[in-house]
Amino acid sequence: MTGTHKLYVATRKGLFTVVRDRGWRIAGLDFRGDNCSAVLEHPGTGALYAGLDHGHFGAKLHRSTDGGANWQEIEAPRYPPKADDEEDWVDMHGRVIPHSLLRIWCLEADHPDRPGGIWCGTIPGGLFHSDDGGDRWARIEGLWNHPLRRRWFGGGADYPGIHSVCLDPNDATCVRIAVSCGGVWESRDAGVTWDCLGEGWRAEFMPPEQAADPAVQDVHRLVQSAASADVLWAQHHNGIFRSTDGGRHWTELGDVSPSAFGFAVAVHPADPDTAWFLPAEKDQRRMAVNGRLVVNRTRDGGRGFETLSHGLPAEHAYDLVYRHGLDVDATGESLAFGSTTGSLFVSEDAGDHWQCLSAHLPPIHAVRFAPAAP
Amino acid sequence: MPRVAFTPNLQRHVSCPPMDVAGTTVREALEYAFAAQPRLERYILDDAGGLRPHMVVFVDGTAVRDRERLSDPVTDRAEILVMQALSGG
Repeated sequence: MTGTHKLYVATRKGLFTVVRDRGWRIAGLDFRGDNCSAVLEHPGTGALYAGLDHGHFGAKLHRSTDGGANWQEIEAPRYPPKADDEEDWVDMHGRVIPHSLLRIWCLEADHPDRPGGIWCGTIPGGLFHSDDGGDRWARIEGLWNHPLRRRWFGGGADYPGIHSVCLDPNDATCVRIAVSCGGVWESRDAGVTWDCLGEGWRAEFMPPEQAADPAVQDVHRLVQSAASADVLWAQHHNGIFRSTDGGRHWTELGDVSPSAFGFAVAVHPADPDTAWFLPAEKDQRRMAVNGRLVVNRTRDGGRGFETLSHGLPAEHAYDLVYRHGLDVDATGESLAFGSTTGSLFVSEDAGDHWQCLSAHLPPIHAVRFAPAAP
Repeated sequence: MPRVAFTPNLQRHVSCPPMDVAGTTVREALEYAFAAQPRLERYILDDAGGLRPHMVVFVDGTAVRDRERLSDPVTDRAEILVMQALSGG
């Protein structure tokens, strides 16, 4: 398999396309000036999707079927009206959760058995699915109506949101999601019914007797290796957690230098023991630890971590990498990350060396390699 | 007929020149406009049908009070302005 030579970078001021020919270069900008919150190139259909957040005018969804040459706005997921007998959902801050799309936070292609299928995680907590490439969306009612959903609350955002959707490559019926703040959830029937997963969590931000409650965990990002769907990695508000049984039990990986705090995690597609992290100074400051930007890598399932810094700024770096700001390609060799201060870095040797492609981009929400050619 | 005009910033996303509409409430007037340009609705209203938090509608210079049901009355000669609120940045 060859490395991926195209990278999408979703930023506060548009969607950048970065390509590698003689070297990596920024090749295009779509939605110039608009806040792009999520991007997906669907590996089954080749269609591109961009979630936008227009602020005043709301969250929108655009699709291109010609590689980004032309985009059309398509119907964004729509929250159904509140049922007459449905009680208001009031969070711990006393806010009523609106029945309205606020942000498209993640877009994921469905299992190959459902070509054209797309999952969409949103703020304020609705999970949506389209089985026709985004023409029509349906909210996943089994999750929305689950009584434990009322335990969710906002983390960095005012309202709770779904930011991670993991599809089991070996089981088309298995879908796992992560919620900030609301833990990790699993469906074994392709989204009809849901269970909140997990023992072993630790939430310092809750009263001690609720710290292990799986439905209040602030999972910042959940990823799953294509090589082993039972191995899950979670970058959590309180540290790094790993499960080897599909999320039923979690082990917190301690003693991580310079910090176990962060938002992003990426896992090697062929080696579930190898994962990368962007450590940050927890949690009130949220910037590179001591101004030194580094990547952490484990190759032994989290027993040990290497701190990688070759090519990264060693001082006066204030970059924070958001949860979708780190990606690894299908070979496991190329990595990219982008930061809140507009720095974009790539590595072609699994993180040993990094090159800065730009330090002047808008704040970066997400980086994503194009899928490998079949 | 009431007349509705939209913030120029909306024109970048959806074609929405000023238009004569029908109706006796803000909602009826806007729904008339949405019938002519369906994409407009979700740029101005949220999924529950209320005015988006950082949008504001003026009727003859006065901001509407009922932002959820949009029941404020409009006269046959009303000038309705759909604007961005500064609160949205």
